[in-house]
Amino acid sequence: MKFMEEYRDRNKATAVSAAIAELCEPGRRYKLMEVCGGHTYTIYKHGLEYYLPGAVELVHGPGCPVCVIPMGRVDDAISIARQDGVTMACFGDMARVPGSKGSFLRAKAEGADVRVVYSPMDALRIAIEEPARKVVFMAIGFETTAPSTALTLQRAKAMDVPNFSVFCNHVTIIPPLRAILDAPDVDIDGFVGPGHVSAVIGCKPYEVVTKEYNRPLVVSGFEPLDILQSVYMLMRQLASGRCEVENQYSRVVTWEGNPRALQAIEETMEPRPHFEWRGLGSIPLSALKLRDEFARFDAELIYQVPGVRVADPRACQCGQVLRGRLRPWECRVFAKACTPERPIGTCMVSSEGACAAFYNFGRLTRPERLAEARS
Amino acid sequence: MCLGIPGLVTELDPDGGQLASVDVSGAKRRVNIALLADEGVKVGDWVLIHVGFALARLDEEEAHRTIEMLEGMESAYYDELSAMGRSAAEPQAPPERVARQSK
Amino acid sequence: MSAASPPARTTPRPRAASRPEGVVTMAHGAGGKASHALVESVFLEAFSNPALAPLNDGAVLDIAGQDVAFTTDSFVVSPIFFPGGSLGDLAVNGTVNDLAACGAQPLALSAGFVIEEGFPVEDLARVVDAMGRSAQRAGVPIVTGDTKVVQRGKGDGCYVNTSGIGLVDRRATGLAASSARPGDAVIISGPIGDHGTAVLLARGELGISADVCSDTAPLNGLVAALLEAVGPAVHVLRDATRGGVATVLNEIAAASGAAIVLDEDDIPVRPQVAGVCELLGIDPLYVACEGRMVVVVARERAGEALRAMRSHPLGAGSAVIGRADADPAGLVLEETSFGGARVVDMLVGDPLPRIC
Repeated sequence: MKFMEEYRDRNKATAVSAAIAELCEPGRRYKLMEVCGGHTYTIYKHGLEYYLPGAVELVHGPGCPVCVIPMGRVDDAISIARQDGVTMACFGDMARVPGSKGSFLRAKAEGADVRVVYSPMDALRIAIEEPARKVVFMAIGFETTAPSTALTLQRAKAMDVPNFSVFCNHVTIIPPLRAILDAPDVDIDGFVGPGHVSAVIGCKPYEVVTKEYNRPLVVSGFEPLDILQSVYMLMRQLASGRCEVENQYSRVVTWEGNPRALQAIEETMEPRPHFEWRGLGSIPLSALKLRDEFARFDAELIYQVPGVRVADPRACQCGQVLRGRLRPWECRVFAKACTPERPIGTCMVSSEGACAAFYNFGRLTRPERLAEARS
Repeated sequence: MCLGIPGLVTELDPDGGQLASVDVSGAKRRVNIALLADEGVKVGDWVLIHVGFALARLDEEEAHRTIEMLEGMESAYYDELSAMGRSAAEPQAPPERVARQSK
Repeated sequence: MSAASPPARTTPRPRAASRPEGVVTMAHGAGGKASHALVESVFLEAFSNPALAPLNDGAVLDIAGQDVAFTTDSFVVSPIFFPGGSLGDLAVNGTVNDLAACGAQPLALSAGFVIEEGFPVEDLARVVDAMGRSAQRAGVPIVTGDTKVVQRGKGDGCYVNTSGIGLVDRRATGLAASSARPGDAVIISGPIGDHGTAVLLARGELGISADVCSDTAPLNGLVAALLEAVGPAVHVLRDATRGGVATVLNEIAAASGAAIVLDEDDIPVRPQVAGVCELLGIDPLYVACEGRMVVVVARERAGEALRAMRSHPLGAGSAVIGRADADPAGLVLEETSFGGARVVDMLVGDPLPRIC
């Protein structure tokens, strides 16, 4: 497969791994954070940590847009799905996310019309083809996905579709990065930047990380070699005392991003004053809602929802995992009370959450190879 | 949010429509290319597909540059190991490069 | 704070004995963890007997001194007709393959139908014709059957159940999921994920098209050739269906206590199946097959086994995809093309497309 297989070559991985090891200062440990569920998934699916020297650790930040949606808001979405005549269209990632009383799939089993779609346009198509149904699209994702929702809204408006609405849960990347870096005990040395968010927003927005918080950031692609190369570029910056935004994913990402995509978001959505992030608390200006001009497509205005704030169970330590302070296996309920089948907190709910990814893929590595890699 | 796959544009809609046919290793889908209207997508281009929309066009030159950089690191590493092997007090074979098996 | 490295090994999870709460969901039918929990807590509890307990593809009963394999399967698919076959092909091949996995040639099948009022007779005829043809291909008669009709809205078109009996080949002694031993080779009889991909695309909801056909086929001939060549060296036979190869391998690992270690480079996947799976973010290891046999065979005879399989038309794409190991007990690992390793866990429910 073009543009993919070339980035999975193990000989190059070995070479980059050696180069990373050479940049490690003796006695120093390095903690690098990635903030993208797709990166978490790649790291575990390909066993990328095998190539990292013991001194370099990759931690997983709040990069899974499904995981960070608070339970109360999932409850709201499910309550809309259960209403008469409603068809709830959502991405596969959302289907198993538990609210306080079950997931979309559970609601479906109990009679709600929940349909998994691949694209927001598919949800609009259902609305057009089934005029008797009230179709609600559960919009989630960072700036990567927001433009697609935006274009769909513009199409719905142009075609004057009466039975389509969007329950908007889009979030943005810079505010949670700030929140992580504002925490008093933060010990992260650098960031692996989310490549597909950057395809939309470009690289410039990350200058806040390098200029205000003095941490290097490298925008990374999603193949294992991309991430490994990004780690190398971060280590190179740390070794030379540089602190810049670099673009490893230059085959896709440009400095300015995609102006049309940004314009589409701007025309259809605006920032919410506050939004609650599961595990991180309330973060200002970190999420999007529909503009007034699109009010008739706003599910939050059309449907009554409980709007109850549901706190995470007390045992949950997701907040610390999301900030990189705790590793999945260090959480007191990991693999005990909290498993992918019965997740307690956000990090376990979707397969790209740090805990779920580790549980599903990384729980075990051949002990000898792990020892070899760390020697 | 992150799942973006490179696909080859095989057909454009007539009359400058918003859709194009894209091929991923034999899997074909119609994809909305409105977000790339400024760049002028052509048949034969590679685009990044996310939830049925093309977000970016892949820059083949940049891709080559990235691979070349990696190839450079690869050569340097294995050359050095070979050199070490040759100059070691006891003769050692350098580690075998793993051949990539094609499916 | 504890050390940077995670604990080196974890013990396999004990079998879930607690009954699922509330209602039955689609996850319970997907072949993964939820299905297993349902079977173990509800069915095994009530039916408890030694022939059922191993939960192999079929039961083997000692009848008048002969080992007789007995199996049943129900078939539900939407759409009913898809590239490569139909409900009818699945209904016959599925049961023939379950018998083959017990080392048995099929002797006779039964066929029960639950048909929804309003289902076109023409479609029923197509399904039944397909069953007749598949049965002929497998060399087995359908000797008895039943038909029920349910009211419109209560039946999703047509459901078929087939049951089958066969005599276990004398050379297939000790075939069971628990019989895998460290050192054994793991072979698959062809490329994975064809059926699930074909059906997913045929539903038309995802707007993706690709040249993919279901792999539904009767594997009794292939198994006969395999047993002819290496006989008792075959330790496990399982046909990979819902939940894909990953689910079958997890069942084998859990039952035998061995580890299964796969080599990603060696797993055969058609490029177009790989393309669809990449687009949707699905792992082909979990996508259903309907004509693929997983074979676990003693290492010394693996070469012969592979040759015998490849010389059969339905096994031309056979490949060694991994081995059984002592550690980590009960788990399935994959050594990735990239060079690292990852756990291939049992799925909770059906693989769903993802955007992250």
